[in-house]
Amino acid sequence: MATQATLAIEASDLAKSFGETTAVDGVSLAVRTGSVYGVLGPNGAGKTTTIKMLATLLRPDSGSAKVLGQDVVADGDAVRQRVSLTGQLASVDEDLTGRENLILLARLLGFKREPAKARADELLEAFNLADAAGRLVKNYSGGMRRRLDVAASLVVRPEVMFLDEPTTGLDPRSRNQVWDIIRALSGAGTTILLCTQYLEEADQLCDGIAVIDHGKVIAEGTPAQLKASVGSAALHVRLLEPEQRPEAERVLAGKLDCSVTLENDPAALSAPCADADAAASAVDELGRNGIEVAGFSLGQPSLDEVFLALTGHPAEEQAENGAEPQKEEAA
Amino acid sequence: MSTDATTQTTAAPEGAAVRQAVAVAERPPRASAASAALAFGWRGMLKVKHVPEQLLDVTITPVMFVLMFTYLFGGAIAGSTGEYRDFILPGLLVMSVTFTTVYAGVAINTDLTKGVVDRFRSLPIWRPAPLLGALLGDTVRYLVGGTVIIVVGLILGYRPENGPLGVLAAVGLVIVFSFGLSWVFTTMGLIMRSPNAVMNAGFMSIFPLTFLSNVYVEPETLPAGLEAFVNANPISHLVSACRGLMDGSVQGSDLVVVFGTAALLTAVFLPLTTRLYRRG
Repeated sequence: MATQATLAIEASDLAKSFGETTAVDGVSLAVRTGSVYGVLGPNGAGKTTTIKMLATLLRPDSGSAKVLGQDVVADGDAVRQRVSLTGQLASVDEDLTGRENLILLARLLGFKREPAKARADELLEAFNLADAAGRLVKNYSGGMRRRLDVAASLVVRPEVMFLDEPTTGLDPRSRNQVWDIIRALSGAGTTILLCTQYLEEADQLCDGIAVIDHGKVIAEGTPAQLKASVGSAALHVRLLEPEQRPEAERVLAGKLDCSVTLENDPAALSAPCADADAAASAVDELGRNGIEVAGFSLGQPSLDEVFLALTGHPAEEQAENGAEPQKEEAA
Repeated sequence: MSTDATTQTTAAPEGAAVRQAVAVAERPPRASAASAALAFGWRGMLKVKHVPEQLLDVTITPVMFVLMFTYLFGGAIAGSTGEYRDFILPGLLVMSVTFTTVYAGVAINTDLTKGVVDRFRSLPIWRPAPLLGALLGDTVRYLVGGTVIIVVGLILGYRPENGPLGVLAAVGLVIVFSFGLSWVFTTMGLIMRSPNAVMNAGFMSIFPLTFLSNVYVEPETLPAGLEAFVNANPISHLVSACRGLMDGSVQGSDLVVVFGTAALLTAVFLPLTTRLYRRG
């Protein structure tokens, strides 16, 4: 079939329970070959369980999945030949050095002794870990450990790479490094399935996104489609004085005749509005009411809003992590 | 090399360098079962290299055992320390090495608490390789432990009648048996919740097995029920076989029991361990 040839991952109705807990409750995915696909959801949504089933580490209770045309249950070994997994916990051995980790994996993947060393050194160089090659991984920083982890998945270039929350716990600079690596990998032709709880990350990297909550896919599409699905553009306003927000909410609601959303940022609020003139006069009205505006913009809704609209609850840790990258980029 | 990891500045990896590193299309043929297992054995050795202190339990403990049992009980049990030393040395060889097998389960349980096992399980390798390799690494520990016992014995005046070859054969036999026994503890290691729990349960099973054997006393001195148990205990047969190999009076029946037990334990627990490991 023509569609199968272009799909790297096809999952249909995957389900998995652990005792009483249903971790994944009927997830279907279709990931095009060569794309970066995001599985976006809060902690405990079922992302890791889904990725483990696709990477053949867990057997689904029901449903089926094919990776590169091969069934993850019946042809698990064939799938393992062509994919690699970077787990949520750094999947490297802390008690070995970075170089020993890569040599071990190269040996396990069939390299002979000398080529294994050469491949390890090549990867250490490419991932800027050559200086730390001889140090035990337990003494690595979070960012270095993650880079080694990704390098370990690339000893042989996989056709499909599963990345489970690759930037969780990283500082912004390390996170940007990992993003660059992911883009480079995608550029080299590897299909990437990325689990993340950071909306910003999915927005930055992914061609397609499945939003997952309580083990179910609740929305699917490109980042732009998902944003559009929530509705039209919105006016975002940031106030100088957070205390004035209730007043600002009343003014905007009256002027634009709509319901106003209060953001996590105590000084920010937003309202659906497609018309630039109406937006300008609404901001004007704030000024006339003595409310000082620090900044405003008219734009597409953020993925945060998408998430809220879809699930009825904000993405977890949104205030801590989702907002931070934006601050950093503005700086 | 004392630079703190967090303060060390490393530039972002160049996208181009990464692209180049992954552009390599080389995909070597799949690793053979043996080379995969050996690679895991190498991993075990590296851990010893980086943390040599972990050999303490296979070096200091045997020395303590030999000194304690020989001088504490020798006079009371056998009438002289020299005689008891000759009696107990093969038994201590068995005891100190079989004790070490518990750590195979502790190690695998510790591994499971870390992400690295997920990577191993996602590799296209022969399924039992990580487990078999780890035990291959462990046999080196067994060898070290066995050697320490023999050396301490020689220092204290032990002179095995059957010479070096007999001693080597005895050490080899203990290692074969321990290899089989280790699979029981790796299974425990995959079922239990924490390394500590494995350690406790492991020693709770290995203590009675080694003490209720002929390691310390002749079974004839025991009450009838206990004597029957001791005589049936495979550890007793292992001890008898070792004594026999070292003094030249080995019984074929003891060897059959030892090899048979090792084979049976491996046949039952290796597939079980592999299955459990696969499920994670």
